[in-house]
Amino acid sequence: MQVAMNVNGAAQRHDVEPRTLLVQYLREACGLTGTKVGCDTSSCGACTILVDGESVKSCTMFAAQADGADVTTIEGLAIGDELHPVQQAFHEHHALQCGYCTAGMVMATVSLLDEIPNPSERDVRLGLEGNLCRCTGYHNIVQAVLAAAEATGRAR
Amino acid sequence: MIPAAFEYARAGSAEEAVALVREHGEDAKFLAGGMSLIPLMKLRLATPSVLVDVGRVRDLSYVRTDGDHVAIGALTRHRDLETSDVLAKECAVLQAVAAQVGDNQVRHRGTIGGSVAHGDPASDLPAALLALDATFTVQGGNGTRSIPAAEFFRGFLETALEPDELLTEIRVPKAGPSGFGFEKFNRRAQDWAIVGAVAANVGGATRVALVNMGPTPLRAQGVEEALAQGASVADAAERAAEGTEPPQDLNASPEFREHLARVLVRRALEAC
Repeated sequence: MQVAMNVNGAAQRHDVEPRTLLVQYLREACGLTGTKVGCDTSSCGACTILVDGESVKSCTMFAAQADGADVTTIEGLAIGDELHPVQQAFHEHHALQCGYCTAGMVMATVSLLDEIPNPSERDVRLGLEGNLCRCTGYHNIVQAVLAAAEATGRAR
Repeated sequence: MIPAAFEYARAGSAEEAVALVREHGEDAKFLAGGMSLIPLMKLRLATPSVLVDVGRVRDLSYVRTDGDHVAIGALTRHRDLETSDVLAKECAVLQAVAAQVGDNQVRHRGTIGGSVAHGDPASDLPAALLALDATFTVQGGNGTRSIPAAEFFRGFLETALEPDELLTEIRVPKAGPSGFGFEKFNRRAQDWAIVGAVAANVGGATRVALVNMGPTPLRAQGVEEALAQGASVADAAERAAEGTEPPQDLNASPEFREHLARVLVRRALEAC
């Protein structure tokens, strides 16, 4: 079947099997390997991307379900060399150790801050419940999210 | 993990979805948000030959008042329940339960109808709807019918839905903005509850339901009976495990689950 969607501002159209998972489609058909497959069972959040602006786990969605949608992956956040405020905050607060969960954490954070622009620490911890960091680097991740919220607030 | 191959069809309306499933027979399944079905398909525990995607049937996504009830479209996502002003005012218990289903990403995709139709005793919403004496409206090839929650959950992952019937609406009584408690015991956000308890005051009576204490969501009848007879919360909660058949798994023994049920019911009642 044919699916078409807007990925990071570019139109994509491919012939796929109906059973193609969205993460597979993004990595293999679109060549966007920033989105990672972690647990592959919708537990870890490494594959988190935005579909129509909201965070979803792309390992548990078929590409067919995103037909016609606006999709944003980690590759779509920075503008040229200018990092997205959430990426910048993760960089400044060293919110990663091995880095495998980072793309998913950043995407989940973008969605969270869209829903709760001024989160408390508790909001952040609850809001990122669906993303696991096997290095257990949560402390700096939470600090980065709070800093990103503040930076985005200032920008507004 | 890649699911077994299947054919995909997208339905634009409930009627079209039912017609497509009837055309393809018993191996066809409805796909809503996919939060329960897709993991099963990836693990090859489910291998439908045809998926009829109802995810875009927009007119089945709503929360509105209807007399002394709240009517909820089956394709309303958990996120939309969580942020619904109507639910906050008219049936806050359902909002509180929806807000704790899975995690943000799951709540962005998962639907109340998908959760109910999947019929997992470890899911939160089916137990909450059982406590509320919800009514489910289903549409099939021969028209629509209504099924009370008490008759809907038949066994483990087994419901009163016929293969060609689509759940379209969930109706709950107006239980108000307060007077409820929800307790869920699990290890990580996205895990199923090891045990959960929902208590809600509806029309002067307190109703209590249990998550993951048997092959279906269960009403804690002993607790409700004790409360109706004027027992204290602590005494009533002691009867929480009566009539249950808690499963044994890696997370907990049946005995531990019985203990959890008593503790969680007490806490849920204290919050009412």
